[in-house]
Amino acid sequence: MKIKTLYFASLIGLMSLLVGCERFPMDSVQHGYRGTGMVQVYNPRILATQDALNTAPAELPAASTDGPKSKALYKNVQVLGDLSGGEFIRLMTAMTAWVSPQEGCIYCHNPANFAEDSKYTKIVARKMIQMTWQINSEYKNHVAETGVTCYTCHRGNPVPAQVWFTLPDQNKGADFIGDLAGQNTPGKLVNLSSLPTDPLTPYLLEDKPIRVNGTTALPTGNRQSTKQAEWTYGLMTHMSNSLGVNCTYCHNSRSFSSWENSPPQRVTAYYGIRMARDLNNAYMLPLTETFPDNRKGAKGDVAKISCATCHQGAYKPLYGYSMLKSHPELAATR
Amino acid sequence: MADYQNLFTTVQVTGPTHHGVPLPPGNEERLGEPMIVHLLGRLGNAQIGPVYLGGLGLISLILGTLAFNIIGMNMLASVNWDPIQFVRQLFWLALEPPAPGNGLGLAPMNQGGWWQIAGLFLTASMLFWWARVYRRARQLGMGTHVAWAFAAAIWLFLVVGLIRPVLMGSWGESVPFGIFPHLDWTAAFSLRYGNLFYNPFHALSIAFLYGSALLFAMHGATILAVGRYGGEREIEQIVDRGTASERAALFWRWTMGFNATMESIHRWAWWFAVLCPLVGGIGILLTGTVVDNWYLWAVKHGVAPPYPPVFDPVIDPATLQGAKP
Repeated sequence: MKIKTLYFASLIGLMSLLVGCERFPMDSVQHGYRGTGMVQVYNPRILATQDALNTAPAELPAASTDGPKSKALYKNVQVLGDLSGGEFIRLMTAMTAWVSPQEGCIYCHNPANFAEDSKYTKIVARKMIQMTWQINSEYKNHVAETGVTCYTCHRGNPVPAQVWFTLPDQNKGADFIGDLAGQNTPGKLVNLSSLPTDPLTPYLLEDKPIRVNGTTALPTGNRQSTKQAEWTYGLMTHMSNSLGVNCTYCHNSRSFSSWENSPPQRVTAYYGIRMARDLNNAYMLPLTETFPDNRKGAKGDVAKISCATCHQGAYKPLYGYSMLKSHPELAATR
Repeated sequence: MADYQNLFTTVQVTGPTHHGVPLPPGNEERLGEPMIVHLLGRLGNAQIGPVYLGGLGLISLILGTLAFNIIGMNMLASVNWDPIQFVRQLFWLALEPPAPGNGLGLAPMNQGGWWQIAGLFLTASMLFWWARVYRRARQLGMGTHVAWAFAAAIWLFLVVGLIRPVLMGSWGESVPFGIFPHLDWTAAFSLRYGNLFYNPFHALSIAFLYGSALLFAMHGATILAVGRYGGEREIEQIVDRGTASERAALFWRWTMGFNATMESIHRWAWWFAVLCPLVGGIGILLTGTVVDNWYLWAVKHGVAPPYPPVFDPVIDPATLQGAKP
């Protein structure tokens, strides 16, 4: 009897080790030639919770494009001056709902004088509108005609939920013992693996080479190291996690480096990496001095864009729903 | 009334503990007063000790402990000497080899120097332990099969940590000391060299690994199945073979036509186990030194078959004009 109780207790104890795991069953979807492991695995329970997060908010009724331009109606309109008065107010209303639903207009505007630029948030918002234009017009190879709006990243938050900062350097004391080498601790950006903790700074801010594979069967001078492959692996883990997909969403299971057998999504992702890098350098870095210290990272750096900033766990932000269609003013510079 | 069972034996026959046969001249005394532990008797022999330490054992233990402590202290220091974080993050922590740019030179202490020292001590410790296993077998009048099986494992260890890094010209090609980090390294190694599954020696190694597990299960099951005829009691079978081993052999003859013998089954097991790290080590040794991309190698030699296209063909965007890096 005592032995049986012991066995039972051990069984319960062993099962308790599984509480961190996701519950079965999973859905698997074939994504490539049969028998090659080209499969996407989805947890239907996680997808159910994601569904609500990826529903677009109600759209405002379209405004008249007639009438005087906003730059004639209002002072200090630097970027949206060619919108009609109606379009301008509609976009301002929509932006308030997308970015600062709690704080309202005064999150960016001085209530005593809406035209003045005394709040940093207004300067940031102006830059972000320019950035949205840039994405929708210059990065169609990533966002296609779906495009993005402020809501794609903000989702009702003044600061998008998934921005990133360069991680602070490890405190190594006298630098004698205990170097982590930038990895080997559960990294949030790499799905709590022990891969390099900050794979975004070298690839989405700087342009360190991502490719590590040789292009010939035998060695012909490819000097990329296994350690370098760990950094690339870290970036790829971030991408996989950001999109809620497996490696094989973009890669061929037999050869991750071979383009001829790759799913077309890999090309979209290629441009996504360049887009995030370009936006961080052209739009976020110049705002470093604009942001107050409490909006900056541990190293005093500005919040930056990664794949997760827009995708937030979905293979396409908002599952590919285009909010841009009802906001053509955000499609390109006007 | 307790009955005799051949797995997790509930009845333990205990008598006076014995110190073992006298050792040949030149050997030290075995250490420790033997004792009987009932719980261990349920898993194996209930008698613990005595142990022969000897000079080789002593130096191996000292070097191994040094390496273990260097690795552990580096892990502890990397979480700022916080014992709670040390336990929480233990599986993530590691001692990394020097950066690839360091080549084969001596690295600064905190940038791989500790790894070099720990690796040296650990390698020496294992080689001394190997010599000890060899010498103990000889002193007891045994063959040296255990030592050579251990050597197969040491071969893989040396390929990964010493021979291949030297051939590649960089300690950075070697593996970190750490639980998850060495697994991540393994995955990154396969990613870097174009998918290790197309490495035929890796395939052979897997075949011997799974084959070892299969053989082990077949052998274990067969002997347990004839345990009711005393099949596991090798000493008794020397005097009175009984019918256990004949039944065990005939079971396989009449099930699949061929059967191993009481001796050859152990040769099968030994070779399967030994060939697993032996061919695995060859596969690692060829990776990067002789073959840079195993997938392309497999395509070149007709190992990787072509599959019908599923997607519209895509072009590497980096090869297009005006591509950004």
